[in-house]
Amino acid sequence: MNAQTQIAPEVTWIDIGALDDIPVRGARVIRTAAGCVALFRTGADEVFAIDDTCPHKAGPLSEGIVHDRAVTCPLHNWVINLETGMVRGPDEGQVRTYGVKVEAGRILIDPATMSGPT
Amino acid sequence: MADKLVVIGAGMASGRALEHLFEDNPGAYDVTLFGAEPRGNYNRIMLSPVLSGEKTYEEIVTHDADWYAEHGVTCRFGETVTSVDRTRKVVTTANGETPYDKLLIATGSAPFIIPVPGKDLPGVMAYRDLDDVNTMLEVAATPGRKAVVIGGGLLGLEAAAGLLEQGMDVTVIHLMGHLMERQLDPAAGFLLKQELEGRGIKVELNAATKAILGEDKVDAVLMEDGRVFDADIVVMAVGIRPETRLATDAGLAVSRGIHIDDQMVTSDPDILAVGECVEHNNTVYGLVAPLYEMAKVVAKTLTGEEAAYTGSLTSTKLKVTGVDLFSAGDFADGEDREEIVLRDAARGVYKRLVIQEDKIVGAVMYGDTQDGSWFFGQLKDGTDIKEMRETLIFGPAFAGGTPLDPMAAVAALPDEAEICGCNGICKGQITTAITSGANTLDLVRQKTKASGSCGTCTGLVEQLLAVTLGDEYAAPAAQPMCKCTDLTHEDVRRLIKSQELKSMPAVWQAGHWKTSCGCAVCRPALNYYLLSDWPDEYQDDPQSRFVNERNHANIQKDGTFSVVPRMWGGITNPTELRAIADAAEKFNVPTVKVTGGQRIDLLGVRKEDLPAMWADLNAAGLVSGHAYAKGLRTVKTCVGTDHCRFGTQDSTGLGIKIEKAMWGSWTPHKVKMAVSGCPRNCAEATCKDVGVICVDSGYEVSVAGAAGMDVKETEMLAKAETEEESLDLIMAFVQLYRENAKYLDRPYKWVAKVGLDWVKERVVDDLDSRAALVARFEHSQSIYQSDPWAARADDATTKKWSPMADLTMEAAE
Repeated sequence: MNAQTQIAPEVTWIDIGALDDIPVRGARVIRTAAGCVALFRTGADEVFAIDDTCPHKAGPLSEGIVHDRAVTCPLHNWVINLETGMVRGPDEGQVRTYGVKVEAGRILIDPATMSGPT
Repeated sequence: MADKLVVIGAGMASGRALEHLFEDNPGAYDVTLFGAEPRGNYNRIMLSPVLSGEKTYEEIVTHDADWYAEHGVTCRFGETVTSVDRTRKVVTTANGETPYDKLLIATGSAPFIIPVPGKDLPGVMAYRDLDDVNTMLEVAATPGRKAVVIGGGLLGLEAAAGLLEQGMDVTVIHLMGHLMERQLDPAAGFLLKQELEGRGIKVELNAATKAILGEDKVDAVLMEDGRVFDADIVVMAVGIRPETRLATDAGLAVSRGIHIDDQMVTSDPDILAVGECVEHNNTVYGLVAPLYEMAKVVAKTLTGEEAAYTGSLTSTKLKVTGVDLFSAGDFADGEDREEIVLRDAARGVYKRLVIQEDKIVGAVMYGDTQDGSWFFGQLKDGTDIKEMRETLIFGPAFAGGTPLDPMAAVAALPDEAEICGCNGICKGQITTAITSGANTLDLVRQKTKASGSCGTCTGLVEQLLAVTLGDEYAAPAAQPMCKCTDLTHEDVRRLIKSQELKSMPAVWQAGHWKTSCGCAVCRPALNYYLLSDWPDEYQDDPQSRFVNERNHANIQKDGTFSVVPRMWGGITNPTELRAIADAAEKFNVPTVKVTGGQRIDLLGVRKEDLPAMWADLNAAGLVSGHAYAKGLRTVKTCVGTDHCRFGTQDSTGLGIKIEKAMWGSWTPHKVKMAVSGCPRNCAEATCKDVGVICVDSGYEVSVAGAAGMDVKETEMLAKAETEEESLDLIMAFVQLYRENAKYLDRPYKWVAKVGLDWVKERVVDDLDSRAALVARFEHSQSIYQSDPWAARADDATTKKWSPMADLTMEAAE
């Protein structure tokens, strides 16, 4: 991995699917080599991508209830901020976040944020 | 001789730019103005009043022939510029070439037409210029015509309102979950929808267009879900895109719009651009205020003065008469953001401010927008609002003032002021009741009925108690439902029933919710209350359900699920057992366990395998056991008279009848039942939510037992002589529980609160009441009693429940 100089200046975002494939205030997962990543769609139609694993007891966050810009883990109700991946107090912890954007109704993920240390 | 300025596009942006230019430096340029429309500049944003008939075209013309003549503008309207030659500095039209020294591109935007079959049929139009409006008016002239507007944004709704005004039957089709989602949050979008529907516009949300139908003209619109809406015209108002073809062909830098710098100059120093066709700092604008700001800068640049455009913050108002709506800035939620919400259900007002670092970053208002521009001013200026935060939402009249003491306000009310609108109770009646001994909220309710119906005046009544009794009054520590509201669960249930609230936004508004869209605590409860009270009208919201109910399976600690098919009364047969065994093998189920409820649990199933597994189980006649539901779980039985030498009645048969009647019903919490064939009670009926003990003379129905965190024996409800009577008692009891209990209260907790006598009065003693409860239960069952597995055992669900994409290969590279 000494390819620093070869990285193209413009990353090609990966098309994951249509925005409408995720229900409003819902989530879907994508499988990656490093585990599942959960894509969330908020009430305001924003999309966020974070690891699908709660830092508490590894609950699948994609199955939680989505409210404002957060998700409540389905196992023990930890609340995770979708923007930052930070666990809302009084609990502590953080989930990895990924670059994601919506263009013309398609969800695109930034591959640069998919690699590197987990 | 003056330099030649050629302007392409005679719209609002170039019109305003020319005004500034002639003011700043008359005679600096010899101007030639090309416009594709065969007319000069008019106020395009006033097309809606023209459509609705409130204004005429003449009234919205901004520049007439005299104005152009006065400023020496050569007008070439109806003449389309086909190309720009930057080397020779000429533009080409059908009539030949026109040279320029400076070129201003103001081509605006083009409506986006969704690429569905039938989009080119006559009768399908955009809503963009006067010709569109004239076509609409022509069609509307024949009474009884139907219009479908695709797009529930600003433009689409204005078109819809105008067409309705013209007497058309109007349906708005919107792809998203609420109207004007770019400008409004869901709560305000709900109020807008309610208002428009009240006027007679039909609104279809989450509706995707599949095709436009018709032979030689449009006849109807076909939706993805198969519904068809008849239409004489279809107005597409789904959005606009910058009109950049000329600029692209001329080789200028273009991405979404034509690139311009702060001086409005494109990548060619002699070509400027202004309006909806440009892109400044990655932003494209579609509202008039930014265009006017750009127009000022264009004029300065053209005359060699220094000026810079730095981008615009925009605000929106809907131009539909009688609809007061305002939005500005960014009103998404966020961790570092707080919201202040003010709702006044009586006046239909909703106001929401989004605050970040003590500054307003977004504002949405519905019903009362008087303070909109003041909030927008604070937003643009980045005013620090820390000092006035408490009263900020009340607007400038109040900003920085001392918060009113609510007690003082109540004390100041005259005796004849009405406190409880539902029951028409005045302050005087309440204070009289209080001074004559009613010193708690419950006593005041009993004596006067005040706050006993919808409950919204509970706070006022409590304040009256406090004012009247002083320190003697100890406020009850009522637990609000969640941080979104001051109302208790019981208050909310009363409110939903008395005001006939049939959607979550309606409850949020009427209950003065302090958040815009509820939270993870109140949404599941509200979803239950609404579907239990309004089985016909309310649409279940899966996203407001906990994971197990959403997926119709129980999540396990490793993220896999468990599957429990129903076994009626605990009875099964070799075919069912074989199907279960086959499914367990086919889907590699690691654990097969017999449950305490007399059925079999298959644990460790992957989510994406659930639909296929259900299909296999369905094929053998097995349905969901609802082992995941706040609803009927099991009816446990013993073998009864069929086999047992002590059995007094057919306990298994009765158990199956009860289960067949009750399955599929949603309840505030899970409900478990049992039927024992004799007092030896092998089915352990006396620690269930509902238990039946069969005796020689009939059936003892008891309720409100528990065997979980608490252990409690059931209490006798009534003794029934027949199976039918016991079944009626059980249905009536469960329905009473469904209608009144707090979400997540098991029956024993609920009965402890309301008292068994209260329950008996309604379920046992009053036969009319019992029959009505049974009828309501059966009606609800006619809607909800269907196998959720059968409805989801298909490829579509499998697809939805599988990963959206598999990037394991990508990341491995």
